[in-house]
Amino acid sequence: MRGWGRTAPTMARVLTPRSIEDVVAAVTTAGRRGVIARGLGRSYGDPAQNAGGTVLDMTGLATIHSIDADTGIVILDGGVSLDTLMRRALPFGLWVPVLPGTRQVTIGGAIGTDVHGKNHHTKGSFGNHVLSMDVVMADGTVRTLTPDGAESELFWATVGGMGLTGVIVRATVQLHRTESAYFVVDTDRTADLDELLALLTDGSDDSYGYSAAWFDTTTTGAQLGRSVLTRGSLATVDQLPAKLRSDPLKFEAPQLLSFPDVFPNGLANRVTLRAFSELWYRKAPKRKHGSVQNITAFYQVLDLFGDWNRIFGSRGFLQYQFVVPLGEEPTIRRIVEKIAQSPYVSGLNVFKRFGEGNAAPLSFPRPGWTITVDFPITRGLHRFCDELDELVLGAGGRLYLAKESRASAETIRRGYPRIDEWRKIRETADPEGVFASDMSRRLELT
Amino acid sequence: MIDAVGNPQSILLLGGTSDIGLAVVEAFASDRPLRVVLAGRPSERLDAAKARLEKLRCGVEVLPFDAKDFESHADVISKAFAGGDIDVSIVAFGLLGDNEKAWTDAATAVEMAQVNYTAAVSVGVALAERLRQQGHGSVVAFSSVAAERARRSNFVYGSTKAGLDAFYYGLTEALRPHGVHVTIVRPGFVHSKMTEGMSPAPLSTTPEAVAAVVVDAVRKRRELVWAPAPVRVLMSVLRHLPRAVFRRIPG
Repeated sequence: MRGWGRTAPTMARVLTPRSIEDVVAAVTTAGRRGVIARGLGRSYGDPAQNAGGTVLDMTGLATIHSIDADTGIVILDGGVSLDTLMRRALPFGLWVPVLPGTRQVTIGGAIGTDVHGKNHHTKGSFGNHVLSMDVVMADGTVRTLTPDGAESELFWATVGGMGLTGVIVRATVQLHRTESAYFVVDTDRTADLDELLALLTDGSDDSYGYSAAWFDTTTTGAQLGRSVLTRGSLATVDQLPAKLRSDPLKFEAPQLLSFPDVFPNGLANRVTLRAFSELWYRKAPKRKHGSVQNITAFYQVLDLFGDWNRIFGSRGFLQYQFVVPLGEEPTIRRIVEKIAQSPYVSGLNVFKRFGEGNAAPLSFPRPGWTITVDFPITRGLHRFCDELDELVLGAGGRLYLAKESRASAETIRRGYPRIDEWRKIRETADPEGVFASDMSRRLELT
Repeated sequence: MIDAVGNPQSILLLGGTSDIGLAVVEAFASDRPLRVVLAGRPSERLDAAKARLEKLRCGVEVLPFDAKDFESHADVISKAFAGGDIDVSIVAFGLLGDNEKAWTDAATAVEMAQVNYTAAVSVGVALAERLRQQGHGSVVAFSSVAAERARRSNFVYGSTKAGLDAFYYGLTEALRPHGVHVTIVRPGFVHSKMTEGMSPAPLSTTPEAVAAVVVDAVRKRRELVWAPAPVRVLMSVLRHLPRAVFRRIPG
């Protein structure tokens, strides 16, 4: 088993439960090496693999039990994907409140990593919208957890808890109302990083529901961190052009092609990514406000392609995502400069301003700047990432566990000041260490 | 666990005073401190190795290990894994000795065969069982270019390494389905305590240079490497030379 980054493979026994009873049976009969739930395998590193132990493929538990069109409350299994939920909810004029860069994420995965999207500054992360969840605990009991009920501690330890508190088998999620499945989008191209930071801090960001920028890590000097900022909000029917008005909730999300596993290592290199970045920057309009785009164009471009992680070859890649507090702009500049001057290249880079975090001790988002970059695995990358860690930690920042695949336990401990509080709650819930993953061993989480 | 860029958290060195083995551990440790188990015969050298690694902020545990005491191997391996998963296991013990003595004195030949081959197999079997249960890990086995084609001057040693090489070559395949990777290393002439006083062969190298090759191979999960790399080309030529020509090559 591997994560989305296709690195660090290990072997485990995989079970596909079809019912909550199956999950209970698997958890109570887990051997010495423990058990962990796995969704659609979109975490980049090793949180959903468990060497020598058991992995539960949760996609077999994927029923949507009810959608209440009036209240927007949906009750569904942990293995339902956000893609399925979205397709089923849209006809009722309901919108999934938090969508990460791909819809190929299960509900259990979305809660376990507390995913965020381009609307974090307005809507927070996924855990904020969960009204309750049923979790199979280490002792085989099924507990219903709520954000402010008697077991709220366990609820918030499970949000962002990387599956280490229990198996999320069912959840009740609050959806939002929308008139359309389209966005009204403003695009601004900036000449450099400073111009981007200025746009994101002039107060305009809060008037958009969704906001994120792509930026260039291959340019230096006057073009350091040049970017394309796209911001938008869900369109009302009035805002749509006439031809879209007849079917405003139409969901346009085709998969154009799926990549075969034939790509050599080193295809994503300095030359190709420089060319890609140049094109990506040039194809964006300098300033274009008010264009109407569907979700694929505005939000989840990569969902057009199946298995796109294969273009990095057999050696795989890692995604490095961190957040540093507002006010740490000099650190952001230093890091972007460091990447631009290094031999390590990244094409799909995301820059975003986070809003308030939530009550979960291991939740990643906090007010600040988050940057995401992709590095193909090449010689010396381990040292380079360790150096980036120092800059991030020095600025009071941290790394995102859903993307994490190579940090030291110490780096994670320093980035998450509430980790001991989380450990204590986890230990009470699972004193025998039934829930375990390669990540929990690697980062000494349990 | 070995992470996405190949950083291990724990290493077991069987042959705890091996120059090359220690160089590999130090190379990993200089990137990131790790938990080390040194298995070897208790000695000052072993204590010195422990101290050196502790300076690199490693947690070091020393285990008494005698390659010739086959009965004890399963127990030693079991103790090595008692402190948690072992990410990288290095089989680095071995004897070189005097070839002239070895091929004319049965006791010397048998000792070399036992340490270099029998013990390596015995330890390999015990490691394989643990690693299969663990579902991950990396094994590094030190073979030699002498395993590819033994010469008049090193054939007893070469024969033992040929046996080790074949065993770990097969073990690589046997452990693949269990998520375990095996790397066979075939070094050329390495300047170390093992080769002290011998005249170096062409393309001779150092423990540190071999270590760099090994670390890179483990990070990339490569299954067979030569150190230094050009030795591979040299050996592929030598391997195919007619015997009459091969015989005339000095050294």
